[in-house]
Amino acid sequence: MASEDPMAMFADMKKKKKKPKVAFSEEPASADADPTYPPKEPIDDPALGPVTAHERIATSAAANAGGAEDAEADDLKNMFGDLKKKKKKKELAIEEPEPAPVADANANELDFSDIKKPKKKKEVQLDLDDGAAPLDDFSDLKKKKKKKDIPMDLEGDAPAAEGADDFSDLKKKKKKKILAMEDFEKELGNEAAPAPKAKKPKKVAIEENEEGGEDEDDGDFDEIEEVDEAELGDNPFAAGGGGGGDEAAALFIDSDRDYTYDELLSRFFRLLHAANPNLASSSGKRYTLAPPSIHRDGNKKSVFANIGDICKRMHREPQHVINFLLTEMGTTGSVDGSGRLVIKGKFQQKQVENILRRYIVEYVTCKTCKSPDTLLTKETRISFITCETCGSRQSVSAIKAGYTAQVGKRKKQQV
Amino acid sequence: MSIQNLANPADPFDADNDDFEQTDSTKENYIHIRIQQRNGRKTLTTLQGLSPEYDYKKILKEFKKQFACNGTLIEDEDMGTVIQLQGDQRAKILKFLTEQGIHRDTIKLHGF
Repeated sequence: MASEDPMAMFADMKKKKKKPKVAFSEEPASADADPTYPPKEPIDDPALGPVTAHERIATSAAANAGGAEDAEADDLKNMFGDLKKKKKKKELAIEEPEPAPVADANANELDFSDIKKPKKKKEVQLDLDDGAAPLDDFSDLKKKKKKKDIPMDLEGDAPAAEGADDFSDLKKKKKKKILAMEDFEKELGNEAAPAPKAKKPKKVAIEENEEGGEDEDDGDFDEIEEVDEAELGDNPFAAGGGGGGDEAAALFIDSDRDYTYDELLSRFFRLLHAANPNLASSSGKRYTLAPPSIHRDGNKKSVFANIGDICKRMHREPQHVINFLLTEMGTTGSVDGSGRLVIKGKFQQKQVENILRRYIVEYVTCKTCKSPDTLLTKETRISFITCETCGSRQSVSAIKAGYTAQVGKRKKQQV
Repeated sequence: MSIQNLANPADPFDADNDDFEQTDSTKENYIHIRIQQRNGRKTLTTLQGLSPEYDYKKILKEFKKQFACNGTLIEDEDMGTVIQLQGDQRAKILKFLTEQGIHRDTIKLHGF
């Protein structure tokens, strides 16, 4: 039920923040999260656009193609904000081609806790690249981490294989290493690792950094570089997004089997995005809206308070939006003095959100390029959407009210 | 042997010809499933735009039986015949129709 007092409402909204990201899945699949624009995220709540495999490929590929440096800068900046993003960002970061100097020792130890996970992951990768010896500290680690880490490892590792190791062996090592990650942070320096991959000098550098007070930035940087170097050549295999695919890709290196469709497809996208880096970045803008704030007005009415803001963000006439909402809900409503929409009937935020989403799909996003940057114009009774991004123009159907049954007392309706 | 088909070719410009009329009207012929709030938690589901070649009465009967709800047929001047059911039967109707071979793309699900 919609919350009645403002405080509760806030709480509600906070919760929502996470949900909509998942929920807004109808939204332009291609216009999703681009790690290079992460600052947007905290501002707006429901992120329109899921992270699809394609998108992941796109972003990583984009980074691959040279946007990597920017991405990495962003990465470091935003490291402390959003953990979720991190995973992806890390992929980007990995691809940073040029090893930056160790000098960046601005320690952001405040946010250390937040960063732990990704950092560890990176370390794992690094570790693999170095072929470091497995540590024995299994106790601290949770399963979650293992799960998350394993695919990453595969990505990082499989491509990086320089032929020296056989994969099964590596995988085992990986697991152990993941387990050992926490220990690893401390012991990085002490390890007498059998480095089968000839990366010794870098490793030494890392060790120094790590030991030097565990500076977050510092450590990350180096790890990134490290990984980069290791993977630079083989990146196409790494960017696949899913752990399984990468594994598969890795399996190829030894065997002569045919490519599977998925592999070829992901390879195509990688190459495509590598060749056109702006493909991912231009469409990768996240479309976000504040969640509709719905409260109850008395027992039978709902108030949609921030419809003005939402309309503004969508660049649509409030009248059009209201019209759509009301016909979809099959009710009536009115706009009150302060620009809020009063809807007859009980509606929850979730429901209104659903309808808004449908509105966006139908009347806001460009059908051609999925960009939400469109204008709705009306010419001789026909509405057109003109896309500001790609310039396409298409007609959209007018909002038609269907059959609405008579609800309530007949007497009232007749008068 | 004579070619039978040529004996009586369909005229595309013939206004009375059903075959051709259908093709250009199918574009707009969506089946709409709507929901309306009544008092309290109660709702109504309306099904509009079903092709008149179906027997509404039989469909309604089947709906009522399958969904365990009541319902009526409503003759609307503008919208034609509408099946109205008690309660939120949208998902069930959708499932029913798709299982009967009506393509999902021609069905529009409205409401929250």
